[in-house]
Amino acid sequence: MKLLTQRLLGPGTLLALGATLWLGLWATPPDRVQGDLARLVYVHPAIAWVGLYLSFGTATIASALYLWRRTRSITTDRIAHCAMEVSLVFIVLTLVTGSIWGRPTWGVWWAWDARLTSTAILGVLAVGYLALRRANDDAQLRARRSAVFAVLAAINVPVIHFSVQWWRTLHQGATVFSPDRHLRIHGLMAWTLLLSFIAFSLAYAWLVRARYRLEVRREASVGETLESALTRRRAEGVR
Amino acid sequence: MIAVALLVAGKDLRIERRSRVLLWQVLPFGVMALLLCGLALGPSRAGNSGAAPGLFYLVVVLVALLMINRSQSVESTPGTAASVATLGLDPAGVFLGKALALCVELWLTGAVLLAGSVLVLHTALWGTLLALPSIVVALAGLAAAGTLYGALTSGGAGPATLLPVLCLPAFAPLLIAGERSFSAALYGGALWQWWVVSLGALVAYLAAGILLYGVLEES
Repeated sequence: MKLLTQRLLGPGTLLALGATLWLGLWATPPDRVQGDLARLVYVHPAIAWVGLYLSFGTATIASALYLWRRTRSITTDRIAHCAMEVSLVFIVLTLVTGSIWGRPTWGVWWAWDARLTSTAILGVLAVGYLALRRANDDAQLRARRSAVFAVLAAINVPVIHFSVQWWRTLHQGATVFSPDRHLRIHGLMAWTLLLSFIAFSLAYAWLVRARYRLEVRREASVGETLESALTRRRAEGVR
Repeated sequence: MIAVALLVAGKDLRIERRSRVLLWQVLPFGVMALLLCGLALGPSRAGNSGAAPGLFYLVVVLVALLMINRSQSVESTPGTAASVATLGLDPAGVFLGKALALCVELWLTGAVLLAGSVLVLHTALWGTLLALPSIVVALAGLAAAGTLYGALTSGGAGPATLLPVLCLPAFAPLLIAGERSFSAALYGGALWQWWVVSLGALVAYLAAGILLYGVLEES
């Protein structure tokens, strides 16, 4: 079952992304007000969901599990690291796709909007997390410090989420999960939007899995290199 | 915990008093940065600019980063970490003590910089005095956050350059609230609402530090 899931994850992701692309670009109609520009809605919210919530959330939960002594393991640290890397990629993509939409709509690539600024700060925090990992050679110290940092950085996620309600922002409010529970999108557009969320979530799972396997191999190769170097030095000593 | 905090704060402040780094290096840097801010605005705008509160906090951040690094470098001298571990001091107390010492240093520096902003940037004296409670809380928040993030970077590669990357996002709520509060005191507006935001951030960082400092100090 596990093997089947692993084997199906890649093709399933490609299939879902392909279907989203086809539905988003050709099958759905253009928006009455924004025209074809509205097609970004099939990419931008799904990418933001993965970068800000799914991926960053995974990194935070894995970090919290690492900090709790009972669940502390190298696996949770690795998951946090891999999820944070993927999160950074998706946060950058969120900002880029948002800018592409913002330029023709708002007239600027960047606005000092609460949601934009807090998302950019989250991106800097993800960079900081990765920089912190690189700064420490000791594996346990690195894991502990980066876990603390990830848990602290997660405070920004609810700030981003509620920024459109707390402040007067240019960024639109929730379309699907609005506070008044009124769905502001319907028909084929809604189904395409839902599919985009599934497709990008699958892409996230695929990327994290691939990055995790790469990390395990990298650690093993570092260990092997060290072991072989030690063996060589010992052999030199014997001679 | 309080006894340990006072012990550690006393130790850090004594080191600072004897080394005079704050007096001869950090304060002159802060004053120089304030003058440079005035020069950047130009002689006609430096004296009556609405940017004065923002410039004050900008200089405070630069100075705070130097002081956080200094506070952590004191702990990284050979044998210090081992001595603290051997003494079995409460990590929450150590955190509070280091934050308290940093806070006192920041308050002293802030007082000098406020006087400088009254002189150089011509901020109104009454408005500046009105902003004091918010500045006191914001600087205490910077000290608490700085102590926590300073501990994250200490002992690693390039702590001086890594610290701003980690610290500045954490400083953001304190800086925004502090600047808005100072502006409100000078030009009118919601002074106390922003003060409450600063206070909330201070409490959050103190709580995070008390809970997590021990994890960072684990060996």
